[in-house]
Amino acid sequence: MSSEVLLKVSGLEHRYGKHVGCTDVSFDLYPGEVLGIVGESGAGKSTLLKCLATQIEPTAGTVEYRGRDGVMRDIFALSEAERRLLLRTDWGLVHQNPRDGLRMGVSAGGNVGECLMAVGERHYGQIREQAGHWLQQVEIDLDRIDHMPETFSGGMQQRVQIARNLVTRPRLMFMDEPTGGLDVSVQARLLDLLRRLVGELGLSAIVVTHDLGVVRLLAHRLMVMQAGRVVEHGLTDQVLDDPQHPYSQLLVSSILRV
Amino acid sequence: MYVAVKGGERAILNSHALLEETRRGDTAHPELTLAQIREQLGLAVDRVMTEGSLYDPDLAALALKQACGDVIEAVFLLRAYRTTLPRFGLSEPVDTGRMAIRRRISATFKDLPGGQVLGPTFDYTHRLIDFGLAGTADRADAPTAPTPVDDSMPRVTDILDSQSLIESERPEPDERDVPDITRDPLRFPAPRGARLQNLARGDEGFLLSLGYSTQRGYGRNHPFVGEVRLGEVAVEFVPEELGFPIEIGEITVTECQMVNHFKGSKTQPPQFTRGYGLTFGHCERKAMSMALVDRALRGRELGEAPEAPVQDEEFVLYHCDNIQATGFVEHLKLPHYVDFQSELAMVRALREAVAKATSAPSAQETADHA
Amino acid sequence: MHEPGYNFAYLDEQTKRMIRRGLLKAVAIPGHQVPFGSREMPLPYGWGTGGIQITAAILGRSDVLKVIDQGADDTTNAVSIRRFFARTAGVRTTERTREATVIQTRHRIPETPLTEGQTLVFQVPIPEPLRWMEASERETRAMHALQEYGVMRVSLYEDVARHGRIAKTYDYPVTVNERYIMSPSPIPKFDNPKLDRNPALQLFGAGRERRLYAVPPYTRVKSLDFEDHPFHVETWDQPCALCGSTTSFLDEIITDDAGTRMMVCSDTDHCTQRRAEAEDAEPMRRVAS
Repeated sequence: MSSEVLLKVSGLEHRYGKHVGCTDVSFDLYPGEVLGIVGESGAGKSTLLKCLATQIEPTAGTVEYRGRDGVMRDIFALSEAERRLLLRTDWGLVHQNPRDGLRMGVSAGGNVGECLMAVGERHYGQIREQAGHWLQQVEIDLDRIDHMPETFSGGMQQRVQIARNLVTRPRLMFMDEPTGGLDVSVQARLLDLLRRLVGELGLSAIVVTHDLGVVRLLAHRLMVMQAGRVVEHGLTDQVLDDPQHPYSQLLVSSILRV
Repeated sequence: MYVAVKGGERAILNSHALLEETRRGDTAHPELTLAQIREQLGLAVDRVMTEGSLYDPDLAALALKQACGDVIEAVFLLRAYRTTLPRFGLSEPVDTGRMAIRRRISATFKDLPGGQVLGPTFDYTHRLIDFGLAGTADRADAPTAPTPVDDSMPRVTDILDSQSLIESERPEPDERDVPDITRDPLRFPAPRGARLQNLARGDEGFLLSLGYSTQRGYGRNHPFVGEVRLGEVAVEFVPEELGFPIEIGEITVTECQMVNHFKGSKTQPPQFTRGYGLTFGHCERKAMSMALVDRALRGRELGEAPEAPVQDEEFVLYHCDNIQATGFVEHLKLPHYVDFQSELAMVRALREAVAKATSAPSAQETADHA
Repeated sequence: MHEPGYNFAYLDEQTKRMIRRGLLKAVAIPGHQVPFGSREMPLPYGWGTGGIQITAAILGRSDVLKVIDQGADDTTNAVSIRRFFARTAGVRTTERTREATVIQTRHRIPETPLTEGQTLVFQVPIPEPLRWMEASERETRAMHALQEYGVMRVSLYEDVARHGRIAKTYDYPVTVNERYIMSPSPIPKFDNPKLDRNPALQLFGAGRERRLYAVPPYTRVKSLDFEDHPFHVETWDQPCALCGSTTSFLDEIITDDAGTRMMVCSDTDHCTQRRAEAEDAEPMRRVAS
């Protein structure tokens, strides 16, 4: 792992009127690191992720990102065009519901290829080849490259979404409940896939989930959120095996294995 | 030997002549006068004025006559004429509170100051064809009441507003300028003034169906008819030279105020919400439909998630103008044979490629051979 | 002399000025759609009101106007529009491309190459090339502003995946001045190459949709394609049955119940000129032989 911080978050807050979505969130993320954010529903995890991924604007605090040129930039000081470009190239965003992250009226190959075409790729054969390569990387059969996402199972749709994000070789991935709504066995397979890819590609990732099993497998570090605040932060194994904060203890002790 | 067909110009002129003859119909019958149309087909005239957005009953009657009774065609004539008229400026806001009431009903209160005045309405008629109308016998005038209609007819929404039970209808501080959708292109999100103008000119049938859909679960907003009123209102204008308002005339309008589902939050006590409809002449169905759709489109500012077509601002406002709609639908009659020729060539080529691929021993991915 | 009671070319001068201002903005940003306050015209929306408003705004008394529809001067709507300007502007009209200063057209570009000083006015039904992939106007405006054209390219990819080739045949999208993706109006793709670096000024008007856009003279206009599936135009396996042209767009005419077809130039002026030139050449040949 590089010693230069990739993402620096300071005092991040988001409020709607009197309601606090998340507040006083600060952390550093390094290249190749996976950070898990856990807590029950309403803890503020999704709000935090949306702020980080620039889907919504924070009411306080900063998010700084080190671009490929090595320069650290305040994300919200950039223009909308620059932010959208970042999302298309350096970053990936995996939605909980794959329908939100895919074009349902476009074939699997088209979905993956779009991101290449959006950054200037103009050779059909090469686009198709790369799309096929990434579909295979997420363990989808090549003969399904022209099939519509409607014909895929939930787990497969999720994998197409992941392939679509990986094709531009992002450095940072945001994932919102990536295994939510999937069968246990399908979840396990997807987690193995994600762990392999993150390792092979040296990706950094921020994964929001209510499932501690997911963070145990994927995340190096863990942040526990309660009522919009980070109550505990540390190495995954340490936090899960020896939680300090009462809420973390409650969370860990009440793991429901389905 | 093929000779290119000529004579388009002559065909058009002949078509105009034939249309003129058809419009007049059998000359054994007297020609319609504008007064007859204006007086006896008044509701058609009112609709033409409303959708043509031009108040001139005689002109609307003429348009209907020229259009052989086709309402949309008549509206088109009025709109095209309207474009050529000089503009003097904006009138003062019309005060429907001071209307000379001919009809005023409310579904929200059994009785209210001024009472329920039925006026001339089809509402409680039995829809039995009156064969007596086939002739032209004289009919007795309706009896006159001993006392006139009450002077004091406060609007239901004003009554509710005075008790803060309904959201206030006051323009935003930065809403000084009244938009004019016939001069400036529509932008989204559209301000309420632009939306209401669009709806006022919008097709009655389209808005009726959309309003109906809200009552059947497509974007429900729990409407009550706060009030429907019909009557004459003064139009006032402030000429630059004078600096004070003068009355330049009187128009008949129909106004509908819908009282809709209440909205509130932890910090704001609940209030009823509003929908508004206004038409020229007596177009009650249109005014009510307009109010239902207005309220549905306000979903955005009232924090309602858009789920139904009627809540989709672009969908409603782009498609409610029947002159645009009929223009584009009917333009399909224009020649499109060049583009069709291109499509024919492509379809033939694709079919050939498929035939080649299925007859070839190895069915490979089809390649482009053109 | 034009019809009394109406201003020259029907529109009032203020409206013409408003349209010309919009056109100047359009010319300054090639391929970018400029919203304008489209007026209700005496012809229906969808029947050329955008083109008519542009022509009305730029027409001067000494202009010579040609109006074509499907490439022909005597199709009913071309006749109707030409009569409209004859009535309201009293300008000289012509069927000869070479003689015209302003050419209003629906669905074709004339075969005869245009020259500097000529203006071509296109009638456009749907100005937004991304409309079929994204229904929302707000979204498409953002996509153009941010140059996010992924949806368009994806639709071409899907064509090749499904049919083995790009299957668009008319209203074929182009990139203008290497920036904006534009709809060239429903001209057959055969005409797309004529848009590129044309010496004439090309103006596009959509009345119902309230948009103007332009391609200034000598601007680069490139049809979208893939490197390995390059753009190409339609060809026919027969020449024009009347003039023998092998390079013009041909219409298919059905001549009998059995479906016998005959191919004829769509551009009537072009075909007529070629036949006239062939006849002029005849006496020379007879003398020579």
